Amino acid sequence: MAEPILEVRGLTKRFGALAASDGLDLTVRRGTVHGLIGPNGAGKTTAINQLSGELSPDSGHVLFEGRDVTRLPVHRRARLGLQRSYQITSLFPDFTALDNVAMAVQIRGRSCFGMGRPARRDPTLRDPARALLDRVGLDDRRDVVAGGLAHGEKRQLEIAMALAAGPRMLLLDEPMAGVGRRETRRLMDLLAPLRGEITLLLVEHDMDVVFALADEITVMVKGRAIASGPPESIRADREVRRAYLGDYG
Amino acid sequence: MASRRTVVLTLGLLLLIGLPPAALAFGEPFMVTLWSRILIWALAAASLDLILGYGGMVSLGHAAFVGIGAYTVGILGHHAFEGSAVPFLPGDWSGSALALVQWPAAVGAAALVALIIGALSLRTAGVYFIMITLAFAQMLYYFFISLPDYGGEDGINLWQRSEVPGLDTGDPVVFYYVCLVLLVGFLVLAKRLVDSRFGMVLRGCKQNEARLRALGCPTTRGKLVAFAIAGAGAGLAGALAANQTEFVDPGLMHWTKSGELIVMVLLGGMGTLVGPVFGAAALLLLEEVLTGITEHWMIILGPLLILVVLFARRGIYGWLAGPGARDG
Ligand SMILES: Nc1ncnc2c1ncn2[C@@H]1O[C@H](COP(=O)(O)OP(=O)(O)O)[C@@H](O)[C@H]1O
Ligand SMILES: [Mg+2]
Repeated sequence: MAEPILEVRGLTKRFGALAASDGLDLTVRRGTVHGLIGPNGAGKTTAINQLSGELSPDSGHVLFEGRDVTRLPVHRRARLGLQRSYQITSLFPDFTALDNVAMAVQIRGRSCFGMGRPARRDPTLRDPARALLDRVGLDDRRDVVAGGLAHGEKRQLEIAMALAAGPRMLLLDEPMAGVGRRETRRLMDLLAPLRGEITLLLVEHDMDVVFALADEITVMVKGRAIASGPPESIRADREVRRAYLGDYG
Repeated sequence: MASRRTVVLTLGLLLLIGLPPAALAFGEPFMVTLWSRILIWALAAASLDLILGYGGMVSLGHAAFVGIGAYTVGILGHHAFEGSAVPFLPGDWSGSALALVQWPAAVGAAALVALIIGALSLRTAGVYFIMITLAFAQMLYYFFISLPDYGGEDGINLWQRSEVPGLDTGDPVVFYYVCLVLLVGFLVLAKRLVDSRFGMVLRGCKQNEARLRALGCPTTRGKLVAFAIAGAGAGLAGALAANQTEFVDPGLMHWTKSGELIVMVLLGGMGTLVGPVFGAAALLLLEEVLTGITEHWMIILGPLLILVVLFARRGIYGWLAGPGARDG
């Protein structure tokens, strides 16, 4: 089995009396697709925010590629290759779709603050960005401002940006939230081949998607992991069924 | 065919170039002085637009950097005239009357002060950022009031304008063209800057700074550099302002001046760089006309501003140049 790329130990985060993360343990192996499921309010987004650095935990540790990143600022983690997407779409609304992706390509590069030539005419930014828009199926929408895209298109753009940033590991917070069947298929086809190349932590409500894509699944309830293992053992787990899957019949 | 924007810019530039001979021909030499003032404040407003319009940083202390630039010229000139040593500096350098020394010093001093103020202010955002930049500017205002060596509240006179070899800067027309060249030069450089990678980050900060950080960009560092560059531009404007009035006083850095700079940016069109030039012209011309009618000219200006902000959100330049004015 591959070695872990991400290890989470005893992660705890309280909002007042509520423990949104309550001693969360999680191990994600390199090159796998790891599903993270659990009912609404289980603390999945809160966990992702602590992995990306946008929230700092009250206690516990996050190890990325063997390195303790618990106190590392967001942009430093991102540059180590720990990238994320957002459950609530987070784009540059006044930029075109192409600008959005080119921005991610730019930041991944060495000279993210270059003051030389015009960025919008720089093929080293625009070409990879175009290629990524093609891959997510937004090639004919590249010059539309992001704020004017349809919801499903915004979700696709969100993924294109995260990929453009050159991740070693990608934290995907409900990438299919609110998109139609067709776009879901398309995103699945996009994500599946990444296995082995990029490690994915996939938070997703759509059980069909998770069970189809994931090599391993962790189930969260009330801020802690109640079960972790390959999809078939999760499906068979009685406690999981009672706590969560039962809700879905 | 030339775009509407190109037409507006070309016409504007031609008008500015042709203004002094026209003013003299019509026997209105005062116009040259008034328009020099407009060009100088346009430079300060354009530098503010860099952080306000592109970076989304609402600084209510930008005039402080104008003041720093002006005082640098005033102080260096003062010591050059007296032959005394400039304080706070090692050695016993007695300043200089040369523009080639004074102006870069003004730009450098303003950039340095902006770097320090920015480093402290950029820890905050939103309303807190507005308040803290205001507070720092007012601190500088009172600091210069409390300097008796440099006239305190009364300010200091310049004994002469900054010397440029081969140019008579004392001549209003020559001085006008010096201001025009520096303004256009600043606008060209600033345009290159906002179009560069750095500029894209700056615009990104305004739209969604959290996302930029999540992508791996140390946004605070970028904003700080932009803040210092904007301060440098304001410092140059200050150096010119001191020269124009041949006088420097703390009033130059009062917060109401910072407010006027914001008004110029909003009035002319935010996030366009050249918009603030139109804004500066509009505000200063209105002030000129309205003060002739009533000393409470702000009473007329206030409602006018509200109308512009409500109904012409892209400002005068946006209204003239059409949708292409704004580079998002
Ligand atoms: N910033 C916050 N302040 C207070 N409570 C929060 C905050 N963020 C999340 N919560 C609470 O923490 C719990 C976990 O939320 P979240 O992580 O969004 O769950 P999930 O993503 O699994 O649906 C919820 O009860 C939510 O209301
Ligand atoms: Mg969530």
